[in-house]
Amino acid sequence: MNRLSRLSGWHFLLLLIALPVLITLFSLVAAFFNPDLETLSHLVRYVLPDTLLNTLLLVLGVCIASGLLGTSLAWLTAICDFPLRGFFSWALFLPMAIPGYVMAFAFVGLFEFAGPVQSLIRDSGFSSGWFPNVNSYAGVTLVLTLVLYPYIYLLAKNAFQTQGKRSLEVGQSLGLSPRQSFFKVAVPMARPWIVGGLLLVGMETLADFGTVAVFNYDTLTTAIYKSWFSLYSTSAALQLAAVLVLVVAVVVALEKRTRREQRYAQARNLAMRPHKIKLRGWNRLAAVALCGLTFVLAFVLPLYQLLAWSLPEFSVELTAELWSYAKGSLSLATIAVFIVVSLALSMAFIARLHEGMFSYIAVRLSTLGYALPGTVLAVALYVPITYIDHQLQALGVAANTLQGTLVVMMLAYSVRFMAVAYSPLEANFLRVTSSVDLASRSMGISGIKMLYRVHMPMLKTGLLTAIVLVFVDVMKELPITLMTRPFGFNTLAVRVFELTSEGLWERAALPAIVIVLAGLMPVILLISRADAHSRAS
Amino acid sequence: MKQEFSNKSLSLVFLISGLLSLSGCEKTNDLAVNGNDAEQAKSLVVYSSRNEHLIKPVFERYREISGVDIQYATDKAGVLIERLKAEGVNTPADVLITVDAGTLGYAAAQGIFQPLDSKFIRDVVPAHLRDENDFWTGLSLRARTIVYSTERVPPKALSTYAGLGDAQWHNKLCLRTSKKVYNQSLVAMLISEYGEPKAETIVQNWVKNLAIAPTSNDTKVMDAIINGQCDVGIVNTYYFGRLQLKQPDLPLALFWPNQKMAGSGVHINVAGAGILKHSKNAEAAKAFIEWLVTSEAQAIFAGVNQEYPIDPAAEITPSVSAWGQFKASPQSLSNAYKLQPAAVKLMDRVGYK
Repeated sequence: MNRLSRLSGWHFLLLLIALPVLITLFSLVAAFFNPDLETLSHLVRYVLPDTLLNTLLLVLGVCIASGLLGTSLAWLTAICDFPLRGFFSWALFLPMAIPGYVMAFAFVGLFEFAGPVQSLIRDSGFSSGWFPNVNSYAGVTLVLTLVLYPYIYLLAKNAFQTQGKRSLEVGQSLGLSPRQSFFKVAVPMARPWIVGGLLLVGMETLADFGTVAVFNYDTLTTAIYKSWFSLYSTSAALQLAAVLVLVVAVVVALEKRTRREQRYAQARNLAMRPHKIKLRGWNRLAAVALCGLTFVLAFVLPLYQLLAWSLPEFSVELTAELWSYAKGSLSLATIAVFIVVSLALSMAFIARLHEGMFSYIAVRLSTLGYALPGTVLAVALYVPITYIDHQLQALGVAANTLQGTLVVMMLAYSVRFMAVAYSPLEANFLRVTSSVDLASRSMGISGIKMLYRVHMPMLKTGLLTAIVLVFVDVMKELPITLMTRPFGFNTLAVRVFELTSEGLWERAALPAIVIVLAGLMPVILLISRADAHSRAS
Repeated sequence: MKQEFSNKSLSLVFLISGLLSLSGCEKTNDLAVNGNDAEQAKSLVVYSSRNEHLIKPVFERYREISGVDIQYATDKAGVLIERLKAEGVNTPADVLITVDAGTLGYAAAQGIFQPLDSKFIRDVVPAHLRDENDFWTGLSLRARTIVYSTERVPPKALSTYAGLGDAQWHNKLCLRTSKKVYNQSLVAMLISEYGEPKAETIVQNWVKNLAIAPTSNDTKVMDAIINGQCDVGIVNTYYFGRLQLKQPDLPLALFWPNQKMAGSGVHINVAGAGILKHSKNAEAAKAFIEWLVTSEAQAIFAGVNQEYPIDPAAEITPSVSAWGQFKASPQSLSNAYKLQPAAVKLMDRVGYK
């Protein structure tokens, strides 16, 4: 009895954290009670066969490409030593600050038939017929990879940095070359991080609308928007979204199952870091080339294109309002980081203390929001909230207690970005052996005190990763911000969207550049601190 | 040492964040105060799917002349309509402004408007550009027409929208994606003119004639024609106008199709507005929408986006009238939304992406 009541307190808290997600999912499930069979049968016959295949190919392509790229870059910058390593170490994260559809437009603008690159080829008297078509599967996969690989890069780097010297040394003493120890020791031990990153990348790809729209590449999300906005069938849209979430839930559950029995705690404490492997000869050149090429493609080129666009319209957009948009973006991102990361931390902590089916399900559900197309999520959460508002009003509370307030916005952000904050924290918690908990309890440190005094210092890299990821993601976020912001409140992302949806790319370029810059400042600050921290130890 | 160092960095971040969030909160408080003002008649709330830079100049001018302050939220039309349905009687909004007759018709069918009931609007706006049940009115006009290369296409080769499906345009046609509402409305017009089976053949022939995959926007269609990837395309007039402002010697021209076809003409569409059913300031909202169709407001609309005035008697901006006069389709826009899902499904069937 005593045990039961103690458990229920924590579990209640967990349930409370999962509540916004549950409300959102409930909206999706409710749509099944009112099926629009006419629209569904049309979709099944003419739309879904293509879009499902497209979606599968895209998710696979982007996951494989960004998995390979992110993991190798992380290994190089975390474990190896080569010229410019220090610079690449943080610079390779920067592309994440560029919204996917902005990168897409910059790429298409540069490389399409009418763009400057192909025009230059033709003007020099050659044919540009051989030039690969940028409006293609390869094009959209490349662009999504370039914006999404940083998730895996950051998480995998975090894993490699905390792996400790011992494991690699053991590998080397068994006669493994550096390359072998990468595949046989480092990568398997980093699996929760890499897979966590892959899940984020996969979910973001599923939920993406803006980037695929630039390429006119139809995915399941495109079909959801089509049902809703073009076929006027909200119920078909929500049902498709429910199916999408279900598929993600199954994939996540399967993945967790296959590594249920494995442990990832390090043998010795964090301070024991491996010496960097000094690369020589061709390896050295290849490392610089890979990092350099990625940085140029994913950051320098798109930024160059944005600058080129913004110059003629510089004075039009460079107004006092630009500053207020930036302030709006930064303050939202900051508040959201506090809320989302603290919720994710509490959840990870409770789930650790009370392993079991209840915690497992609560956690898995809470991290599904990232796979939902943003607009669907915003509406699926907003509709029940207005219902609650109406009920509160019936009870005598003032009208619109919730809607139009920051509360709704933050609830929606926490549904959307919980996975982003939770992944790095969950992975980092795996590094902390259960003997640490035992030892700390034996010294009379338990509960919140244990989290604060024992776990927190060991979670620092995970925490920093979570903060950076959520911050940058909120800076770029659009549909939730658009729908739930107070009147007259604008962010940079909203401004970019307003201009680009009218095709005014030249004017949108400057606010887009400011998103990148504003997103970068805290990122560089945090990452350089994290690096200094890892060097100092 | 290590511990202290990283604690310091964390607290620095916390400090910066704290300051920023404070400034954020201040902002929200200001807004809350403004929100209360909205309940007095000196202020209106507009939900708009027209983007901020297109509507703000109009709102600002209205405040100057009437003293009514206008607050607004912009979003996609579909989202705003769901939002209004969810907010119900508690909505702070008085007016919905959105683009496309189909969307306006859908909004009206969702029961979110109240009748405009304005003699002034009935007098100024032609009947086919208003809702037959008086739930919304058009505010400005845009034409979706044929654009062609002046270097490679003699205008006499062009005739109708359906004609773009002829074999002579094989591998020479460029179209924007079927996911854009402008193309859905255009195909809806074809359905109402030709019937669904014939319209399906026309669109199928368009798809056969495509030189490149459908583009993500109208400007890309014109870029492709300029660069010789195709010869003809279909665009909204103001996109052409915008490009012309930047490059006055554009090797492109507009062609007005369906001029000799009885009961037909150039496909036109509107940006429009209606008073919301749960508006607490319906009178002020009506006065505002009435002002929007006056020549002063129409001139601002035309100025920011090179559109045609909704009032046939009003003067057309010189840069716009330079494109020539045309006969517009006389079809009523009231029922466009009923045909739009059929148009979308038709385009899915023939593989128009």
